Amino acid sequence: MQELLQQLVNGLSLGSIYALIAVGYTMVYGVIQLINFAHGDVLMVGAYVGLAAALAGFGLVPSLLLAMLACALLGVAIERVAYRPLRHASRLAALTSAIGVSLFLEYGMMAALTPRTRSYPPLLPDRIYSWGGLRITSKDLLILGTTLVLVLVLQYIIYRTQTGKAMRAVSFDREAAQLMGVNVNSTIGATFALGSALAAAAGMLVGVYFNAVYPLMGLMPGLKAFVAAVLGGIGSVPGAMLGGLLLGMTEALVSGYGGSMYRDAVAFGILIFILLVRPTGLLGTGLQEKA
Amino acid sequence: MERKWVRLAAPAVIALLVYGCVGWGIARGLISEYYQVNLFLIGINIILAVTLNLINGFTGHLSLGHAGFMAVGAYTGVVVTMKLGLPLAFAVAAGMAAAACAGFLIGLPTLRLRGDYLAIATLGFGEIIRVLLENFEYLGGARGISGIPRTVNWTWLFWSVVLTLVLVRNFISSTHGRACLAVRENELAAEMMGVNTTCYKVLAFVLGAAGAGLAGVLYAHYFYVILPDKFSFLLSFDVLVMVMVGGLGSLTGSCLGAVLLTLLSTLLQRIPEFRMVLYALMLILVAIYRPHGLAGKRELSLDLLGRWMRRGGVARGAAHGG
Repeated sequence: MQELLQQLVNGLSLGSIYALIAVGYTMVYGVIQLINFAHGDVLMVGAYVGLAAALAGFGLVPSLLLAMLACALLGVAIERVAYRPLRHASRLAALTSAIGVSLFLEYGMMAALTPRTRSYPPLLPDRIYSWGGLRITSKDLLILGTTLVLVLVLQYIIYRTQTGKAMRAVSFDREAAQLMGVNVNSTIGATFALGSALAAAAGMLVGVYFNAVYPLMGLMPGLKAFVAAVLGGIGSVPGAMLGGLLLGMTEALVSGYGGSMYRDAVAFGILIFILLVRPTGLLGTGLQEKA
Repeated sequence: MERKWVRLAAPAVIALLVYGCVGWGIARGLISEYYQVNLFLIGINIILAVTLNLINGFTGHLSLGHAGFMAVGAYTGVVVTMKLGLPLAFAVAAGMAAAACAGFLIGLPTLRLRGDYLAIATLGFGEIIRVLLENFEYLGGARGISGIPRTVNWTWLFWSVVLTLVLVRNFISSTHGRACLAVRENELAAEMMGVNTTCYKVLAFVLGAAGAGLAGVLYAHYFYVILPDKFSFLLSFDVLVMVMVGGLGSLTGSCLGAVLLTLLSTLLQRIPEFRMVLYALMLILVAIYRPHGLAGKRELSLDLLGRWMRRGGVARGAAHGG
């Protein structure tokens, strides 16, 4: 029982990282109906920027904010260069371009900084809190806290600000929103900025949690977060959170009970199962799958 | 009557000439080992690109699972030759059959999905296959299988490529192929016209998978060693780049893309990061400026060649492109 709880606690940390990435996916998907393949790589860039800031002597929070800012700009730039020209093109072209951006970031970073794995300097004291036999590390607390704060900020932006309202309008019906005077281009830009900033935060958390930063680090978390987004219902922010947490806990349980080799396979198995039995995901709306 | 005869005979003569010349060159040692390896890579990539084009370009479904099917073919083939001791022909048949079965099992449920969902689902399936292979000790686990006898020679490769091209081309111009094109253009309309869309989507998927299986068997029996890692989705991306750059929905384009990108990656072998950066830029630029690839939907055909020659062009050298 205690073993189970411990695995669930571990899963909670991993799951909230997935949730953070998945929220970015889901938001971008909501407004332009495109899987942003490069999302996981924005995460990687965020981790590198955070690492650079941390090495330059900035503390945890300034490094995090710097990484988020840099990636917000990067996200807007990606949208401008690779996605906006294809907004009315075929899906296949848009998706190809997205894959291109993803490869560009991965191998561009590899060419620039070598594939070497780097690690973060100690940014927070390494403590272990025991509570009723459960061990919670300071890293776990950092991840849970950061995720909670960011998600609350995001909820505020989506539901209480003008930009958030515009985002919701665009994701509901782009043409109608445009007719009602919403600036679609800047709204999509804002969505990319927000989503990418969240990815950057997740990137730093991944870097701190696994203590490894390398050019392909965004690949698996990116794919897993997509699974989480689909699991929760793509396009739904609470769904992405739920999906991320569920996926993280499932993975922790699978690896905790001796199946760590099959962790990735289980995640993709979940994806395919969900796509088959409930393509709209757990919290997805009953909208018809887009053609 | 005479035209029809030329239509059939001319490509056969060209194929025989190419086969004979290159075969002679290899036998006499004029084509060094280095060039042979590239030649084989080009051949294998042509098979991969052409069969992926059948799914992506002609039926309009983005599949990122080609590497997975290739892995199924490669491993099945190796089991047949090494563990069962049967000749290569059985390996090819078994590899293609196994990949086709995998394609059927995966295609039937997932082809209800469209666009991005299908892309991710196939990518997921490819990764599942890789993870399973990594953990299956009978097949060598993560170390893969090495010491595979090199039984694939120029004859095997060349006629596999030619056969693939001929079969895919004939399929596309058949009633069934046109049904696939109809599915690509407008699924709903095709359904309304009485086309069994599910059937044709699965059919294209199964045929494409079988082709990937063939490429896998050839690959395994030429390069001595197979590793699960080799068949990750990066390989699927590579093939996708070939198809996209060459031309969605054009066999000539796929061959062109396979040749171009194989040569490019050989030239840039020393700087693999740079190669991928270049691939990435090509993908983005092609997607934006030439969404149907360099060749578009055009095919290189005898009629086209004839017209060029009558215009006084010197297109003779390009005759073995498609």
